[in-house]
Amino acid sequence: MNQVAHIIEVADLTKQFDDIKAVNSITFGVHTGELFGFLGPNGAGKTTTINMLTGLARPDSGSIRISDIDCTENPRAAQHLVGVVPDESNLYPELTGFDNLCFCASLYGIKKKERESRARELLDMFGLTQAANRRFGGYSKGMKRKLTIAAGIIHKPPILFLDEPTTGIDVASARQLRQLVDDLHRSGTTIFLTTHYIEEAERLCDRIAFIVSGRIIRIDTVENLVQPIRAKHVVQLACTNSILDIQGKLSSSFPELHFALSGNGVIRVESDQPIGVGPLIRFLEDNGTEVLEARRIRPSLEDVFVRITGLEAEAMRKEKEKKGGGQ
Amino acid sequence: MRYWIAFWNILLKDMRTYYLKPPNISWGLIFPLAWTGMFFVKSGAELGSIATLLPGVVAISILFGTTSMLSVTVTFEKKNRSFERLLLAPIPFELLMLAKTSGAILFGVANAFVPIIMAAFLMDLSPLVWVEFIPAVVLIAIASTFLGLFIAVSVSEVFEAQTFSNFFRFPMIFLCGLFFPIEKLPVFLKPLSYALPLTYGADVLHGAVHGANVMPISSDLLVMGAFCLGLFVLSLQMIRRRWIA
Repeated sequence: MNQVAHIIEVADLTKQFDDIKAVNSITFGVHTGELFGFLGPNGAGKTTTINMLTGLARPDSGSIRISDIDCTENPRAAQHLVGVVPDESNLYPELTGFDNLCFCASLYGIKKKERESRARELLDMFGLTQAANRRFGGYSKGMKRKLTIAAGIIHKPPILFLDEPTTGIDVASARQLRQLVDDLHRSGTTIFLTTHYIEEAERLCDRIAFIVSGRIIRIDTVENLVQPIRAKHVVQLACTNSILDIQGKLSSSFPELHFALSGNGVIRVESDQPIGVGPLIRFLEDNGTEVLEARRIRPSLEDVFVRITGLEAEAMRKEKEKKGGGQ
Repeated sequence: MRYWIAFWNILLKDMRTYYLKPPNISWGLIFPLAWTGMFFVKSGAELGSIATLLPGVVAISILFGTTSMLSVTVTFEKKNRSFERLLLAPIPFELLMLAKTSGAILFGVANAFVPIIMAAFLMDLSPLVWVEFIPAVVLIAIASTFLGLFIAVSVSEVFEAQTFSNFFRFPMIFLCGLFFPIEKLPVFLKPLSYALPLTYGADVLHGAVHGANVMPISSDLLVMGAFCLGLFVLSLQMIRRRWIA
């Protein structure tokens, strides 16, 4: 494998389905050994981008280079260099876990002895040794996800595409998978990760691209993205009853503070200066609103995402709940 | 070498997972038996007529066996996304699809020998010209398999694969000279008969079993070969257009 600065280079990539531009002229590069996050809501164009990068879809225009191989005309040209873990399992339900891994290894031309030993090694690494001889169709969601990741790295690819790796699995499995992704990253694998879990991207990625409606809005390191809002002071107040009608009063009484009120009784207060919660609580109680909880919030990537994309992180959370996800 | 490891393992997996499953083996046995019995009962024929029925039963066994199995398995794998796993494999696309279809071709060839084995108990097979019979069986199996692939690419649901297969298969029983000579068909249907690959395969089988071919065997085999190539290329183009879109 050539050691190039950008192991993945994408320029002006566009893909249209009927009237919808799923991916709209995106340009980015992924450094060798980097964990690059692609963060956006469902339908933003994340999976379409991965499909084009891995040879499962043809771009309408633009160019793709993977490890210096031009994949624009021949989308399958770099498939020997990549491992792909799709958003849903694509293994064979009628085969056992062990047979699935051996079969996937054989697709990369790995000889029998080597693929059997690699399969055992991965089953052990993912804690699936006990389930090795059970049919994949009978696995739990978390086990399926783990085996799908194991199948994606069976040939030790230098580049790994992970599409929503922790969606739809339980908290413990998600945590374990994140640790495995982190370990792979540390071992030098270049990882292209798509997710709509903002905290996951913040925790794992070196750099992040925000993608919304097929367009990349911003690409930067997590540190650079979060830095401008690190100095912000944020307090969140949970109240008992409806608060929407007191927004005006709050803003006029505390002009130095910025208030965001939600329908479920939560008030988010932001300021460049430290926020004194005492006067706020007294004011709310004087106006007939009981405050149940007040807590200081550390500004996170979620705030940056909301600020840059204009999308509510809550909407993304609802999407993941719809998909049955947990963190 | 690494390509052949992939090729062999795709074939092996399909054989184990689909073609060597007891229901499919029994289907391969019962189907030709039922067709043979049906024609005997219907025509009230004697054992001497087995030679004229055999080519049709062999052809129909291959046609139904291959198209059913391939169109269903590929549609099933496309539906549960495991076909994607194959598309991600770093082997030439043509070789990948040949590996995927080889199991069905072998299944079709095996199906062809079920009526032959049954016939061996009822008639003298020594006049059978094996050098014509075997290439015809293989080419019918290949053409029918690629027809199954074409069907699989054209549909999105497993049940559609079955119904769409019948759209091609049942007319072929009557149009391809399996049991009824093409000469006896209405004039307007004859061009359609000659546009179907099975017509040429059945003609070779009739020639090999009871010397009743209408066209020269060599031209039959040549046309069959051209149909196989054409159907394969067409199916690959459709997969590229629809599944790697």
